[in-house]
Amino acid sequence: MNINKIMQNNIETKKIEGSDILEINFGPQHPSTHGVFRMIVQTEGEKIRGLRPIFGYLHRNHEQIAENLPYAAIMPYTDRLDYVNALANNFGYALTVEKLGGLEVPERAEYLRVIMAELARIVNHITVIGFMLNDLGAFFTPLLYAFRERERILDLFEEITGSRLMNNFFRFGGVKRDLTPLHLATIHKIVAKFPAFLEEFETLLSKNEILCMRCQNVGVLSPETATNAGITGPVLRASGVNYDIRKVDGYSIYNRFDFKIPLGKKGDVYDRYYVRILEIRESLKILEQALAKIPQGEILNKKTLPFLRMPRNFKPAVGEAYGRVESPKGELGFYVVSDGTPQPWRYHVRAPSLINLTVLEEMCLGQKIADAIIILGSIDIVLGETDR
Amino acid sequence: MTLFGAGVFKGMMVTLKNFLTSYFRDRDNGGIFTVQYPEEREKAIENFRNFPFLVYDGSFSKLRCVACGICERECPPKCIHIEMELDVTGKPARKPAVFDIDYALCMNCGICEEVCPFDSIYMDHTFEVTSMTGRRSLIREKKALARSNEYFQKIRPAIAATVDQKRKAAEDKKKAATPQSAGGQASQTPPPAQETK
Repeated sequence: MNINKIMQNNIETKKIEGSDILEINFGPQHPSTHGVFRMIVQTEGEKIRGLRPIFGYLHRNHEQIAENLPYAAIMPYTDRLDYVNALANNFGYALTVEKLGGLEVPERAEYLRVIMAELARIVNHITVIGFMLNDLGAFFTPLLYAFRERERILDLFEEITGSRLMNNFFRFGGVKRDLTPLHLATIHKIVAKFPAFLEEFETLLSKNEILCMRCQNVGVLSPETATNAGITGPVLRASGVNYDIRKVDGYSIYNRFDFKIPLGKKGDVYDRYYVRILEIRESLKILEQALAKIPQGEILNKKTLPFLRMPRNFKPAVGEAYGRVESPKGELGFYVVSDGTPQPWRYHVRAPSLINLTVLEEMCLGQKIADAIIILGSIDIVLGETDR
Repeated sequence: MTLFGAGVFKGMMVTLKNFLTSYFRDRDNGGIFTVQYPEEREKAIENFRNFPFLVYDGSFSKLRCVACGICERECPPKCIHIEMELDVTGKPARKPAVFDIDYALCMNCGICEEVCPFDSIYMDHTFEVTSMTGRRSLIREKKALARSNEYFQKIRPAIAATVDQKRKAAEDKKKAATPQSAGGQASQTPPPAQETK
């Protein structure tokens, strides 16, 4: 089947008899689709009667490229999956390869990983909330307040990792660079200041009648649908399902920290917004504990040191591994199969944004057309990850 | 039951407060944080990495690079191209005849500086690399990539200091070794077997 035909098949939408259906094409270059994402919406009046998501515009052959590269060289490519929080992707991939190669991670490195990953989660959540409000029509004021705080964390990332977004910070068996006491003090300062910002942000938004009217009881996702569709992350937890891989798997050292899993009640857009705010608060709690407990010591497993200089010498034994982390968007999994050569034989990414998108139509049916945008915004997709 | 619209009103007060305080607060406390870019610039952060450059000691002919080709091989998007210079007898001169980096392909990952065993390639701070001559100008040749060690010391003082220290220690060791045996010179060069593995 040639590509034109495939595209046409995708575009075909189901016919609904006996009503006046208007088909509207959103995207792929619509500013509210968060990237090159396209929706074909069938509307009757203002009500949505059908919705077809079309994606793949940002396909970059990530998995195939990775299968032709040594294990270490895939790390910078994982940054480009979910470019809003590259550290979570680094975390997932490093965890998988460590499972595959049986590598231990030193104590201090584990703490550094958790600190960086939680900072990335905060960055992701405030960005998402900001953009979601942009979709609502609250143009740029809340977004720029969020970006002001995000900038502090990104400056810190630049100091530590060398890059604001494409961090490439994790290594197999540790991290690339140690955090100096000065960095830790800066993180401490950020963590101490953040609740005040969240307080202000919530005064601005959480009780705002316009926001409540636009978000409450819109795009309701029932817990049954969510679990059946394999939804993970804040979208699932907003529906009231208690499932967080940090608790379920307790990967890295997450079982040492005391934190709660915030849950929503209704599973509407407002709950998805509010769960994210609460999750930032929990992340701050984890950060506080991690900063208090962080020990001195190595940041890299001694066994992996030679592979930093000679990445091609790293050949894990024949086998397979699936590693998963709670990325801010959901379960981010990496599946790697080794055949004993320097390159993985098979490399697969389980992208949370892609799987969370599958319920978009169910959430939008019967809603107003303007709500489709905010529902899409509340799922929190990044096209770099969806299309890979 | 609170008055309808009270939430909106409180929210507007937040924006008003932010608008007013932004004029007299400092940058880190909610003040104006915009930098008027071409005139004003942010202070460069030492670890910031962008495109790679080659380091030479003293003069351009003394490039640290020995054209071993490790960075070329490990570069994930394969943006480096190296050709070894041959001396008159046709033996490798341990110098690059050609060293090109395609800036259009480079993804600034920093793997080349990590794998280089000769402390020769490092990531630069310059990001203004556009030009009017199109794609061709983004393929940087050896001449355009070379920077002096002083430049390296200027942009990344901490890293350059440790590298200088390491190189000086190696040189002292070499100097101490040469009078005793002629093998000192040979041991300085890394075994080629390491590359073919």
